[in-house]
Amino acid sequence: MAQQHRSPWQIMWAKLRGNRTAMVGLVVLAFLYLGALFAGFISPYSDTHQFREDNWHPPQITQLHLWDDEGTFRGPFVYAQNRVDDFLAEYEEDRSRIIEIDFFVRGDTYELLGLFETDLHLFGTADTERAIFLFGSDRYGRDIFTRIMYGSRISLSVGIIGILISMSLGMLIGGVAGYFGGRVDFVLMRIVEVILAVPGLYMILTVRQAFGQDMSSTQSYFIMVLVLAFIGWAGNARVIRGMVLSIKENEYVTAAEALGLPRLRIIARHILPNTLSFVIVTATLAVPYYILGEVALSFIGVGIQEPDASWGNMLREAQNVRYLTDYAWVVTPGFFIFFAVMAFNFLGDGLRDAADPRSLE
Amino acid sequence: MWTYIARRFLAVPPLLLAVSFLTYALLYAAPGDYFTRLEEDPSVTAEYMAQLRAQYGLDGGLFTRYWHWLVNAVQFDFGHSFRFDVPVFDLITERLSNTLVLSVASLILAWGLALPLGVLAGVHQGRLLDKIVGFISFFGLSIPRVFFSLLMVMFAANTKWFPVGGMRDQIYWDVMTPWEQFVDVAHHLVLPAIVIGTTQTASYMRQMRAEMVETLSKDFVRTAKAKGLAHWQVVYKHAFGNAVNPLITLFGYSLAALLAGSFLVEIVFAWPGLARLTVDAVFAQDEPVVMASVIMATSMLVLGNLIADLLLAFVDPRIRLE
Repeated sequence: MAQQHRSPWQIMWAKLRGNRTAMVGLVVLAFLYLGALFAGFISPYSDTHQFREDNWHPPQITQLHLWDDEGTFRGPFVYAQNRVDDFLAEYEEDRSRIIEIDFFVRGDTYELLGLFETDLHLFGTADTERAIFLFGSDRYGRDIFTRIMYGSRISLSVGIIGILISMSLGMLIGGVAGYFGGRVDFVLMRIVEVILAVPGLYMILTVRQAFGQDMSSTQSYFIMVLVLAFIGWAGNARVIRGMVLSIKENEYVTAAEALGLPRLRIIARHILPNTLSFVIVTATLAVPYYILGEVALSFIGVGIQEPDASWGNMLREAQNVRYLTDYAWVVTPGFFIFFAVMAFNFLGDGLRDAADPRSLE
Repeated sequence: MWTYIARRFLAVPPLLLAVSFLTYALLYAAPGDYFTRLEEDPSVTAEYMAQLRAQYGLDGGLFTRYWHWLVNAVQFDFGHSFRFDVPVFDLITERLSNTLVLSVASLILAWGLALPLGVLAGVHQGRLLDKIVGFISFFGLSIPRVFFSLLMVMFAANTKWFPVGGMRDQIYWDVMTPWEQFVDVAHHLVLPAIVIGTTQTASYMRQMRAEMVETLSKDFVRTAKAKGLAHWQVVYKHAFGNAVNPLITLFGYSLAALLAGSFLVEIVFAWPGLARLTVDAVFAQDEPVVMASVIMATSMLVLGNLIADLLLAFVDPRIRLE
């Protein structure tokens, strides 16, 4: 029988394919990230579009209909909700008025993938005066579904960018410390210990605050990523260092040294690639740390600022107990955070099993 | 063993020194200071501002100021809070004890759930109970504490079964008997403790289950079964004692997280603990308070880790600490 040769990565992928929870995680993440990428197209409005008359509009996702009361097929539609009380924002369904939902409608302009401007939206209402609020609307009458989509661009990218920075730093510093040893190692590891000694949020908060409070969301976003990465690299560096200590004893490293290759090249090309499966697993499991870091900072009020949306600063609204009881849908972004974190955990767990050479296919 | 302990203890002061300097430098680097907002008042003169800053030790360079702080701090004098004008030490100890009440309650809940459920899941591996426990741990590992807390507050507000926040009744606290006060705090404690407890228990439960599964496949367990011992004896006398060993280290680490673990939950539930105090102090640039609480939280973490390492050495004679 012809023997089938497969690379370690192919074996890993095959194992991962067989892991149902990991695949669920992967699919969920694919949807979430596609949503973030095409946020402008998928959401019916722009994130700052206010329907002032319709603030605190209840969610309509459970009230979608296809047939009207007479039983005729109308396509997807919702019944209009009339505002009963202006002050308390109470709504009552008006069965006589139908708001039809159309696909590929024109609406607010946005930049698709940051490339070109368009005003095409996946869905929307035929009557532009009446809005559709899948997940309800917020205090200013902005569509929460739209804001979750726009917010996911921030909340989900923080994880990816943050992990890229902290992993590269961790690999570089851990690699250098482990390979050179001696004084370099000593100094670098003491720095790692100092960073790891301070409990996470205390450290995050003080580092974040060193940059001052008044800044735009864009500045705030980059500082947030940097702060989280600045703290995140330390743990990775320590583990990578440990791995490098044992990898550098291999003969191929000695061979590379004998060839007179530059030492940083040896670290980068011959040593670090061996830590890659660890790095991928750790990175996947660490993404939630960044997502939750953004949530924590924005929730406390030093992250993304209004009117920009992020999952963390949307939850900030929910700190008001009256909103929590009367307009329960303010917590909807929480479900998205939950699903994203869960999906990363599922996938990371699956990757860990798949990367383990002792595990069976 | 003793040299190891001594060495670990000797490593603590330099670490605290480095952490405190780093924190101080970060606070120093932040634009403005506690008195900056006063400057917006046109009637406040520059001389007065300078005088004020000199009085509170906010003039001078980073090293002078840090040195000043350090000299006092080693004598356990953490200065006065700018905002509350009370000694930081008193302020911190009060808030610290509140945080400890919450985190110790959660700790008990977390371990009280993790051990029995983990053992049961390990014994009934692959069956319904195991799946339920697996689900709980995935839920606990993934649900963000902020979100969970908000859901709990929503629950409390809708049912009125529990208070929506705080630690004690605002109105009747002073006229309560000690027993009523205890009940009142316990009542306030339930929801935040559930949030921290369930999120913490998840990883312990998983670990306990994994250890149990592994121990049950060991030879001595088979021997015990072959001797004809009753199932419960095999599980609880032979397997459990061995399986729980690694968990003891984990317990040490959970002590380390005692102060920091409840951060966001405290904020959502308006628990008068260290987190709220620190956040407010960071925003107000109340330097002495920030410094003291960071040092406090760091010491706790470092000590917890040390305890964890020592516990490991005590329970596992195979580990030699040099």
